[in-house]
Amino acid sequence: MATLEIKALRKRFGALEILKGIDITLEKGGFLVLVGPSGCGKSTLLNTIAGLESISSGEIRIGGRVVNDLHPSKRDIAMVFQSYALYPNMSVGENIAFGMEMRGVAKPERDKAVAAVAKTLQIEHLLQRRPGQLSGGQRQRVAMGRALVRQPSVFLFDEPLSNLDAKLRVDMRIEIKRLHQTTGTTIVYVTHDQIEAMTLATKIAVLKDGEVQQVGTPSEIYNMPDNLFVADFMGSPAMNLLEGRVARANGEATIVLERSDHPAIVAPIPASANAETLVDGAKVIFGIRPEAVNDMESIDRNAKTVVKFEAKVEIVEPAGSDTFVVTRAAGKELTARMRADADLKVGQNHTFAFNLDKAVLFDPATTQRI
Amino acid sequence: MSAGDLITSGPSREPARHSLTTRIVIYGLLVVFALVYIVPLVVMVNTSLKPLDEVTGGNMFALPQHLTLQPWIRAWGEARIGVSETAGIAGYFANSIKMVVPAVLISTVLGALNGYVLTKWRFPGHALVFGLMLFACFIPFQSVIIPMAVILGMLGHIGNELKDATGWSFGFGNSTVNLVIVHVVYGLGFTTLFFRNYYEAFPTELVKAAMMDGASFFQIFRRVLLPNSTPIIIVTVIYQFTNIWNDFLFGSTFAAGDNAPMTVALNNLVNTSTGITEYNVNMAAAIIAAGPTLFVYIVGGRYFVRGLMAGAVKG
Amino acid sequence: MATIAPTAALDRPHSVRLRARLQDWLPRIVLAPSFLLILVFVYGFDLWTFFLSFTNSRAFTSTKLIGLANYQKLWTWTFETDPPSNWYTALVNMGLFGGLYVAFCLILGLGLAILLDQKIRGEGILRPIYLYPLALSFIVTGTAWKLFLDPRIGLEKAVHDWGWTSFHFDWVVNPSMMIYCVAIAGVWQTSGFVMAMFLAGLRGVDSEILKAAQIDGASTFQTYRRIIIPIIRPVFFSALIILAHMAIKSYDLVLSVTGKNPGGAAELPSTFMYSYTFTRNQMAVGSTSAVIMLATIAAIMVPYLYSELKEKAR
Repeated sequence: MATLEIKALRKRFGALEILKGIDITLEKGGFLVLVGPSGCGKSTLLNTIAGLESISSGEIRIGGRVVNDLHPSKRDIAMVFQSYALYPNMSVGENIAFGMEMRGVAKPERDKAVAAVAKTLQIEHLLQRRPGQLSGGQRQRVAMGRALVRQPSVFLFDEPLSNLDAKLRVDMRIEIKRLHQTTGTTIVYVTHDQIEAMTLATKIAVLKDGEVQQVGTPSEIYNMPDNLFVADFMGSPAMNLLEGRVARANGEATIVLERSDHPAIVAPIPASANAETLVDGAKVIFGIRPEAVNDMESIDRNAKTVVKFEAKVEIVEPAGSDTFVVTRAAGKELTARMRADADLKVGQNHTFAFNLDKAVLFDPATTQRI
Repeated sequence: MSAGDLITSGPSREPARHSLTTRIVIYGLLVVFALVYIVPLVVMVNTSLKPLDEVTGGNMFALPQHLTLQPWIRAWGEARIGVSETAGIAGYFANSIKMVVPAVLISTVLGALNGYVLTKWRFPGHALVFGLMLFACFIPFQSVIIPMAVILGMLGHIGNELKDATGWSFGFGNSTVNLVIVHVVYGLGFTTLFFRNYYEAFPTELVKAAMMDGASFFQIFRRVLLPNSTPIIIVTVIYQFTNIWNDFLFGSTFAAGDNAPMTVALNNLVNTSTGITEYNVNMAAAIIAAGPTLFVYIVGGRYFVRGLMAGAVKG
Repeated sequence: MATIAPTAALDRPHSVRLRARLQDWLPRIVLAPSFLLILVFVYGFDLWTFFLSFTNSRAFTSTKLIGLANYQKLWTWTFETDPPSNWYTALVNMGLFGGLYVAFCLILGLGLAILLDQKIRGEGILRPIYLYPLALSFIVTGTAWKLFLDPRIGLEKAVHDWGWTSFHFDWVVNPSMMIYCVAIAGVWQTSGFVMAMFLAGLRGVDSEILKAAQIDGASTFQTYRRIIIPIIRPVFFSALIILAHMAIKSYDLVLSVTGKNPGGAAELPSTFMYSYTFTRNQMAVGSTSAVIMLATIAAIMVPYLYSELKEKAR
């Protein structure tokens, strides 16, 4: 029995449909990240799970119970907000204990629970302070403490790291991951940052315009995106998406990527694609991530299929740990991730290589992966 | 978002879950209080449309049996105000207008310039200067009324001398001029406060860019700040108009008799101890007195609220 | 800062420098008239009145100093309770009126704001109704309420007509109860404003805090009591300060509600000052009462303004 089941969830606001039929399940101890661009409905979805917003149709089950009509405080959930939402007029200890107080838990038990949680999060020394006196990271921990003390079935996180600066964000991200590993809690986490999604999740749901584009593990989402949107959204720098066509000759099918000032790149059909369905002359979109575009020195040794081609270097971006080289193919920019010490000059011709094991094909008309 | 904007932009959260009984209680209370607020005004209007015998003989809530506009006509042109020779409040209404318009204009312009200087041309001590101007908003007028009377008296003497010498008093000693001076001076604190807060939030980069383009002090004011100041100008004008029109203390002290403003005339009319009290005429006069400010409120209510909040919550 | 071409500076150093100096000082020159006007007409006049309180001015100003005699007079009068001196009555009334005015404005204002905050429909109609009395002059308000509460043609008569013939409400003509009528009219006029302040405060509360409270299981009542109202405490202070200072300055309202103020029963420090200065020709005593009014307001406003300005500077 999964801890969280969402079935055919729809939410309408007036004439506008915000959530258009969501189906997701999350097993116990899983870390589900809802990721997508602004306005995709991920925060709304989280709010409906929490019960802060109503749904138009569909079902939400937590721990097997249908919770559609239950008050947020009765759903056995806890939430950490983007702004932490700590009660400014109460001390840290009172903040953490407030939910228990509302449920009528006796004071001695409340104090014990607060002390235990404070110990786990190492905020014991802050219990008497007011939220206004705490730093951003400390407030985050208090917010987590308030959620932890409820010992809920599901934890909900609403973009908790958006308000932090870059360095603190990385530190807190690790804290959250550590928390998940040590306590084994079930978490639903909303973010627009796909790096957070990749590093934290056991399961990612990519959303766009109120619809689930793909649900899968980080590896599935990254390496086998179901459609063009997911391919483009996840991964930084973004996946290279080049227009090409299928050429069938002598029973062999290949992908042809035209170029303006160089001969076309001809590649065999990538292993990920179902070659049978490809018709001669069909247009396809060839997707390959920058780290799978190198030269012969840096290419993955274990790559089974490699396609070499000459191209002119247009831009070189040294990024410290890597160097990004931009060239051109099929009328678009092609980004390659090379070694940091790759010594390439702008305008120079260089032999690049595709690691075809990692390539994927999409149908331009349906945007789905082939 | 300023506090004024918060009020007028309305609720933004999901509907609360209230039971039906709770909602009935909430709406009931709100309606009851709304009645409490509105009823006095309704009674006023009602009374002003009745002949006197209906007022003295009848129930204040009863609708007029013989609807008449006579009280209004009397109030405007015929009623005796105190011991004045002038009949009706028409003259006093005009006095108020003559006084309010210049006072609002001058205090607003000065307030804008002051706000501009205090925020975009900071000088050492600007905080203290602003603080002193701000506190001046709150003093009880009783503490300045005696010296003001003395000074205005002196101006009156000067006026008389000038009149004897040249045939014209140059405005010295003129009641309207006196009131304009008084209202400008004691309104400066508020107008400066409003503009200062508004310009504080105005991007200084625009001023700097204009400076680099070679614009002078006044050019920057006229071409950069002023065109973008419409909201605060409206707020300030409404606030000043309401306060100055509704003033009584200064009006009664410094502009007596025929030169009195509307509020003073109204008070004299209503509190005449001679003869019979013509309640209906009094009510008509009161409504006429309240007319302009109520009209401004109905038309510019949103800005009215913003003005209040700006004065109270200060940004 | 004016930019000057170097050659020009060499040619005509004096006048150009003068002009540049003038430009630098222009902002201060522009501000100066207003500032000076305020210095003179507010602070200067306050000092003048302060000075007068030490003189024996009667119908006209006098410069003869008599030390603290006026203050001593008022001090004695403060304790003259039987028969009550005008000053004693003024102080008592100030306490009664001020206290009731502030308390009821706060309660009513907060109550209405909370009710309006419940996501009700029709706020667009209700809010302007609560607020419109502010647009009225105090004289108009007083006139309206004087009629409304008049026993012969107002409330008492209306209630009699409806059948409850033993209803008695002659406060507005009863000297000892007049001041309460002034309070009623004052609350009617100003509570809308307090409501607006509280409503802005309530709406400024972070909505995520309210969501957290929902998840914590707090009922609406508990949410207001434990979270929202403590958060808007600064609004209480602002409102309290403003109401207190308006109460002390109240003059128009008293006059228009009580009419000729029979026997001085509805005397307030503001009317006391006026009558002693202009009617009884005891200007020095009037000045003294004005100084006391000013000192009271300063004691309330200065700390508040100071803390507000410091907050903004942070």
